[in-house]
Amino acid sequence: MKREIYLDNSATTKPHDSVVHAMVAMMADTYGNPSSLHRKGLLAEKELDKAREKVAKALGVKKAELLFTSGGTEANNLALFGVARQYASRGKHIITTQIEHACVYDAAEALQAAGYDITFLKPDAQGLIRVEDVQAAWREDTILVSVMHVNNETGAIQPIEAIGRFLQDKRKTLFHVDAVQGLGKLPLRPKDWGVDLLAISAHKIHGPKGVGALYVRDGVTLMPLFYGGGQEKGIRSGTENAPGIVGFGVAVELATKQLSQQAAAMTRLRDRLIEQIAVNHPDARLNTPQEQAAPHVINVSFPGLRGEVLVHALETNGLFISTGSACSSREKIVSRPLAVMGLSERELEGAVRLSLSPETREADIDEAAEILKQTVSDLQMLYRR
Amino acid sequence: MYKSLIVRMSGEIAIKGKNRAEFEKKLMENMRLAVKSLAAGVKVNKIGGRIEVQIGDAAMSDVVERLTQVMGIVSVSPVAEAELDIEQIQETAVRVVQDAMATRVAPVTFKVDGRRANKRFPLPSPELARTVGGYVLPRVDGLKVDVHDPELVLTVEVREHKAYLTCEKIAGPGGMPVGTAGRVLLLLSGGIDSPVAGWMALKRGATLEAIHFHSFPFTSERAQEKVNDLAKQLAQHGGRVRLHNVPFTEIQKAIRQHCPEEFSITIMRRIMLRIAEKLAWRRKCLALVTGESLGQVASQTLESMFAINQVTSMPILRPLVAMDKSDIIQIAKQIDTYETSILPFEDCCTIFLPKNPKTRPKLGETLDAERPLLDSLEQMIEDALNGTESLLFTREQDERVIQ
Repeated sequence: MKREIYLDNSATTKPHDSVVHAMVAMMADTYGNPSSLHRKGLLAEKELDKAREKVAKALGVKKAELLFTSGGTEANNLALFGVARQYASRGKHIITTQIEHACVYDAAEALQAAGYDITFLKPDAQGLIRVEDVQAAWREDTILVSVMHVNNETGAIQPIEAIGRFLQDKRKTLFHVDAVQGLGKLPLRPKDWGVDLLAISAHKIHGPKGVGALYVRDGVTLMPLFYGGGQEKGIRSGTENAPGIVGFGVAVELATKQLSQQAAAMTRLRDRLIEQIAVNHPDARLNTPQEQAAPHVINVSFPGLRGEVLVHALETNGLFISTGSACSSREKIVSRPLAVMGLSERELEGAVRLSLSPETREADIDEAAEILKQTVSDLQMLYRR
Repeated sequence: MYKSLIVRMSGEIAIKGKNRAEFEKKLMENMRLAVKSLAAGVKVNKIGGRIEVQIGDAAMSDVVERLTQVMGIVSVSPVAEAELDIEQIQETAVRVVQDAMATRVAPVTFKVDGRRANKRFPLPSPELARTVGGYVLPRVDGLKVDVHDPELVLTVEVREHKAYLTCEKIAGPGGMPVGTAGRVLLLLSGGIDSPVAGWMALKRGATLEAIHFHSFPFTSERAQEKVNDLAKQLAQHGGRVRLHNVPFTEIQKAIRQHCPEEFSITIMRRIMLRIAEKLAWRRKCLALVTGESLGQVASQTLESMFAINQVTSMPILRPLVAMDKSDIIQIAKQIDTYETSILPFEDCCTIFLPKNPKTRPKLGETLDAERPLLDSLEQMIEDALNGTESLLFTREQDERVIQ
């Protein structure tokens, strides 16, 4: 079999072996319902508690401040709808951005349709949100500011700390951060940053799909999305996904215990790849910011090529990446974050994303650069004629 | 209440003369195949010149759904049975008519047809109809008598041991039984038209094979999945469909590199036809079928068809040639291919779409434009055929790789 190089880790990651083993054990042996009174329930509950401890530790928060969810999408939806519905009497203004992941952006649009007043902030050409814009948009009736930590398409790191500082004395405004792409790549310190709600997901850090968590600062109340058996302090009813949560615990520990070394290694590899792309493809445009970029994401446009075609061509050569924009003759779906950064039509069409993980090796990077070079030049020849 | 169905076959089958038995046999074979995977006890029999289906343990709705996809069936009706007793017949009649009314908006015009095959039964046909009609009319809301052009007809047939009542009539596709007209090869893209063309060929009794050209990486694997799904959907109507997937990327590239851009679509279609013809010979298909409709797109002008068609002497059937798009879409929805067809994955035709395709290519110019390919064309076609993967779809099974 041809060697496969997987550089689509921002889409999802391969679960770590120890994650898989821990989950299998939960399913095969510790299968009790954590809510059950008997021993089987207790054993499952203990495992759940250990996992919660690990995740809490990774974020520097209290165990009681974590709610497990079905993933990042639910965590973000819970944050937005939970705050909007709970605190509607305080005000109906929410500030978010045009570069949010769809699970925040579309949730905000749904709230807008339900009568909330939403400000969508525009990023600068680097894909960065300016603190001043948050300041300018803030009003007395702003109940929520929601800004993502690391943009999933460009890797741009948003000024969360600065926004948190600005909001520090705005007691009636809660601060939510979608940190799905930051977990395991950058330190997450919601307490230090003045963040009230923070969403994370397991499958981006070699954990399982279908599990995520929302940090909810002590003292913040959310209106639930689900009603039922009263699990997760009544805010997220439903029998806990015990195997998933335990897998999440294992993954989060692996992803954060040597965070700074892992991040440095990824940064070095990312820069190595960026440099090779710059040398091999002088006409390519880097959409990832030079500064303020996460260690694992590279977004690059090959003007004149179509991202989708490039992805498929690379795939036949053993390299797996993704497009920001999917285009077809019938409908055009361009990436919203890239579009609002002001990319041209050709740059939008030719945009692709490569994303690393701590398991990416230097040899992968060099080979990926080589495959990219060959494939792009083949395609360019074909298109140029 | 209903334990059986009566099936009305196309009039065309009935007037087949000495071949009629053969057509009926094929129809019943196809019907049996269609209901095979349902619960035990579904039986298809021919009784006194007509086809009846005993539904056994299966649900009536399932049997109806399957049978109304079988080509050659005009309609089916669930049959209720009653003892040979006028009161029981009347009671059953009320229930059968109520059933039919459940899906209709009152007022509905109505009549009763009486047929006394068993002459020992005391009431002759007209009286039977009157007695039953007179009983039903005041007991079911929304009925209005109209003996000349009724919307609803209750048929009461008195036979040797029982009376049989039918009212609801569920339409089938009509046409001829699949497998009575020989084998054809459909050019199947991912679009709306070609699956409809394939269905129409099936409806005329053809056995269907399909050929699809894929251009990975210019088209995605999902585009291929979509075509597989369409073939599987066609197998719901035709029993089985063999799909041949031909790798077309190298040929696309060659056209792109060596031929004038404005002729690329015409040349591409010409090469597709050449490949299809070769495959048709190998598969013993006697005609090609396309979803072309006159004037719909650039490659479907008469000039285009003329320039494209020139590469083959094999008959090309174009069942949609005179149809409007809206009518085609309507059929696509009926046969359940529409939702799949509109999925946004590209097919071969759209990938290298030239900016200004020739809408009226002259044959001479086309031949000139194609000339740079001629030396290598035979080899490229051979390579494409050698790389072809064939899948067999049947009503019940997912695809099976057969070569």
